[in-house]
Amino acid sequence: MARTGTLQLEREEQAPSWWRTNATAMLFMGPAAILVIVFFFVPVLLTLGMSFTDIATATGLSGWQWIGTANYEQIFRGSFTGLIVRNTVIYVLLVLTFNVLVGLGVALLTVHVRDQVGGFFRAVWLLPRISPSVVYALMWTWAAAPPPFGIINEFVAPFGVAPRFWMNTDPWMFILFLNGFVGASLGMLIFTSAIESIPEDLFRAARVDGANAWQIVRRITVPLIRWPILFVLVYQSMSLLASYEYILLTTNGGPGLYITEVWSLWAFHTALQSYAGNLEIGLGAAMAAILVLVGVAVSAFLLRAFRFNDLVSEPRVEIT
Amino acid sequence: MAAIARPLPRSGGVSWTSAIPYAVLLLFTLPILILYGWLIYGSFFPSMQGLRPVGGFTLENWRFLWAPETVEALRFKPPIIPLTINTFIFALSTALVVLLISSMAGYALSRIRFPGRRTFLGGVLLLHSFPSVTLLIATFIILRQLRLYDQLVGVILVKTAFELPFGVWIMKGFFDNVSWDLEMAALVDGASRLRTWWQVVMPLVKPGLLALGLLAFVSGWNEFLLPFVFMPSGTQQTLSVVLRAILNEGRFVDYGLLTAVGLYYVAPILLVFFFAQDRLMKVYAGGVKG
Repeated sequence: MARTGTLQLEREEQAPSWWRTNATAMLFMGPAAILVIVFFFVPVLLTLGMSFTDIATATGLSGWQWIGTANYEQIFRGSFTGLIVRNTVIYVLLVLTFNVLVGLGVALLTVHVRDQVGGFFRAVWLLPRISPSVVYALMWTWAAAPPPFGIINEFVAPFGVAPRFWMNTDPWMFILFLNGFVGASLGMLIFTSAIESIPEDLFRAARVDGANAWQIVRRITVPLIRWPILFVLVYQSMSLLASYEYILLTTNGGPGLYITEVWSLWAFHTALQSYAGNLEIGLGAAMAAILVLVGVAVSAFLLRAFRFNDLVSEPRVEIT
Repeated sequence: MAAIARPLPRSGGVSWTSAIPYAVLLLFTLPILILYGWLIYGSFFPSMQGLRPVGGFTLENWRFLWAPETVEALRFKPPIIPLTINTFIFALSTALVVLLISSMAGYALSRIRFPGRRTFLGGVLLLHSFPSVTLLIATFIILRQLRLYDQLVGVILVKTAFELPFGVWIMKGFFDNVSWDLEMAALVDGASRLRTWWQVVMPLVKPGLLALGLLAFVSGWNEFLLPFVFMPSGTQQTLSVVLRAILNEGRFVDYGLLTAVGLYYVAPILLVFFFAQDRLMKVYAGGVKG
């Protein structure tokens, strides 16, 4: 029993019931525990469970049957699966590269300039992240609009690029920039605080030894922030794999059949927003189940790799 | 701090190379500045062709506020003011529930030893990076079973749950930094744990509550996917869903209206961000280090 703290208020020594001992904790933890169970724990199990059923709105969600691994077989044999896997890989790799490189670049530059200027630019880079996704998507949709409306056309015209409707003609480039500018802020913030915590002496010593800016970045800054970089790489690739909100708001998988459909959007379309009218929840759950498993595995890895045990030491003082 | 490669002071004045980082930074950031500048600018002109306004300065685009019946694109849409109120209710309720539940759980995790504490803390940390968006399909079924589908309450609960891992973790951090002395005195004097938490400890973490509350509010105000998926019928609709509907139907038709509604929708966020930027940035930066 947890009665061995440095301070004890309870005088009677009769062993209280488990329930009485923990009643206060249960009271405090109750609401959070219920929400976590109902909206995380149960959904994870439900996703896995439903992936082995044929549950769909066509059968009114109630007349479902266990169908074994039929959903998974259907996914792996599907004629669009290859394309969607390819799209997903392109999407994650392109946006991840953009996010990490630009995040690192902005972090390095903003700590390099005067503090106020650096702060201003970091705030601007955070804007896409804190703006409603719909408004952000609206701005890009408009910027990429065909002539005479879009501004992207105006900026590339001096370089001899023919005006076009970027979202339709170059959907992947559009998606890269759309998602890239949102996602770079995470890396920027983490890298900035990591760089600022590097002892100033190291830089001073390097400068005295005659190192130039590039050498300092390459040989001192980047090696010293390799853990934050690894963290952002792993975290960001997982969240990109699961994310589809900005694609949904713009190309919505198009133009044309599945041109920019990524795995998570495919699951969403299949189970929650099918144009065919029938929501194939079971099939969509099988698609999502793969993402859920990846999510659990990667989160668990992050937890272990970034020293969970240091973060959860027992409370110092206990009052029972 | 903040000087990776600042040139050593030289006798010959400022070197021209010190301007390079500013220029590069500006160049990289230009797309964002242009997008937002253009959203603001475009909302005050009848229409825009690229960067050039067509026609003179006008407030026509903003007439959705005082004469919504004259706006073609809004004809079959719920009126903007009730939509704004719905969005506000959604964001505020989410923020308040997140604050209450996170600070209760955060307090227990910070101060009380109980069976399952480590497990729960580990779970919270795990969920902190877990992409909750992958659970929407199962959540759809759960909301239907709970008879909360197509209701604002259901969406608020889901949103709260999704914000919770972050909130609990942040609040635990704030409670960890509060000294035990006052609390101990209150407990020795015979106050209950619940009372001590509410009357003694909560006032001490006000900065944390404010920061988390603002973040949760902003996140709720911006939310698109949850109301879009879980509240399709429209009586309690929020701004994001309706703006998306206009965007989908009226491509390139009335961008003046779209920019005005978009700016109207994002303006409160920009104001909050402008005034509470440092506070928010700190929580963002601290929040992901977990």
